[in-house]
Amino acid sequence: MSFRPEHELHKRRRGRNIGVGLMLGAFVVLIMALTYVKITQTDFELPANQREVTQ
Amino acid sequence: MTDITNTPTSEYDAQLGDYFALLKPRVMSLVVFTAFVGLLAAPVSVNPIVGLCAILFIAIGGGASGALNMWWDADIDAVMRRTRGRPIPSGRVQPGEALTLGVALSGLSVMMLGLATNLLAAGMLLFTILFYAVFYTMWLKRLTPQNIVIGGAAGAFPPVIGWVAATGSFSVEAWLMFALIFMWTPPHFWALALFMRSDYDDAKVPMLTVTHGRPATRMHILIYTVLLAALAIGTAFTAIGGIFYFAVALVLNLAFLLGAWRIWKRDEVMAEADDYAEERKFFRLSLAYLFLHFGAILGEAALRTFGLGGW
Repeated sequence: MSFRPEHELHKRRRGRNIGVGLMLGAFVVLIMALTYVKITQTDFELPANQREVTQ
Repeated sequence: MTDITNTPTSEYDAQLGDYFALLKPRVMSLVVFTAFVGLLAAPVSVNPIVGLCAILFIAIGGGASGALNMWWDADIDAVMRRTRGRPIPSGRVQPGEALTLGVALSGLSVMMLGLATNLLAAGMLLFTILFYAVFYTMWLKRLTPQNIVIGGAAGAFPPVIGWVAATGSFSVEAWLMFALIFMWTPPHFWALALFMRSDYDDAKVPMLTVTHGRPATRMHILIYTVLLAALAIGTAFTAIGGIFYFAVALVLNLAFLLGAWRIWKRDEVMAEADDYAEERKFFRLSLAYLFLHFGAILGEAALRTFGLGGW
C-alpha cells in the first residue's frame, strides 16, 4: 500500500531543505566546538554560588 | 484539512543559491579575506575555532548588509544592466524574503560574534551593517556623488573588526588597513563607472561620472590613486609592514599610478576608440592590487611567526 503520491513541490524543495538541514547541523557542531574552547581554554569560571554547590 | 496536492504552487521556488546570491558572495569574499588578515596581523594568538567563528560571523554580517542593500535597491538594480540579473529584480526571490533574511542574519551575526569574541567587535559589526544598509544604501547613495567615497568606509571595516575580535581594542595598524580599503574603493568604482557607461545614468544614481562629468572623474581617480599610493607605501614602515610588504607595495603602486595617469590623459573619444581598454585594465588591476596588499600584510604576519619579517 502506498501513501499519497509525492507532490512535485516536495521534489522541488528537497534540495533546499537538505541544504538548510546541513547548514543547521554545521552551525550546531560549530557552537559545540566554540563552547568547548571557551570552557577549556579561557578563564571560564562557574558563578560563585554554583561553585559552592559543586565543591 | 488542507491537502498539499491541491495547493497551487508558483512557477519558481527560490533555491539556496538564490538566497546565497543575496549575500553578495563576491563582496563577501573580500570581507572574509580582509577580516582574516586583520585577525592574523594582530599581535596576539587566537584559538583557531574562535578565529573561524569570528571570520564566519563577520562574513555573515557582511552578507546580511548585502541582502538589505538588494532589498532597498531592487528598483535601481532592475534598471542597471550589471545588476538586473540579481535575485529580486529577476523575480527569483521576493523583496520581503530578502528583508527578513537580512535582518535575521544581522541579528544572528552580531550576537554570535559578541559571544565568540568580544562586545567591541560585535558593536563594530553592528555599526558596519547599519552604516552600509542605512547610512549608505538608504540615504547617501541616491543623494550625493560622493556616495562611493562614503560607502567605501563600510567595506573597509572588516579588517578592523578582525583585529578587534583578536585584541579587544583598536590600534593605528587596524585603521591603516581600514584606510587602505577606504582610499582604494573610489578609484576602483569610478573606473567601473567609466566603462559601464549608461548604467548609473539610467538608474539616476548620482555617480561622479553623471554629476561632474567624465573628465572630472578621471581627475578624481588620479588624485585618489596618488593619496592611496602614499598611504599604501607608508604602511610598510609600521608594525604590520616590512621589507616584503614594501617590495610588493612599491611594484603595485607604481603600476596603479601609471594606470591612473593613463586614464587621466585620455578623453572619451580615445576611450571609445578602444572600448575603454585602459579603464577596464585599471579596474582589473585594482582587484589584484587590494588582494596582493592584504596578502603581503598576511605574509609579513606569517614571517613574524618565524622570527623574520619587518625591518
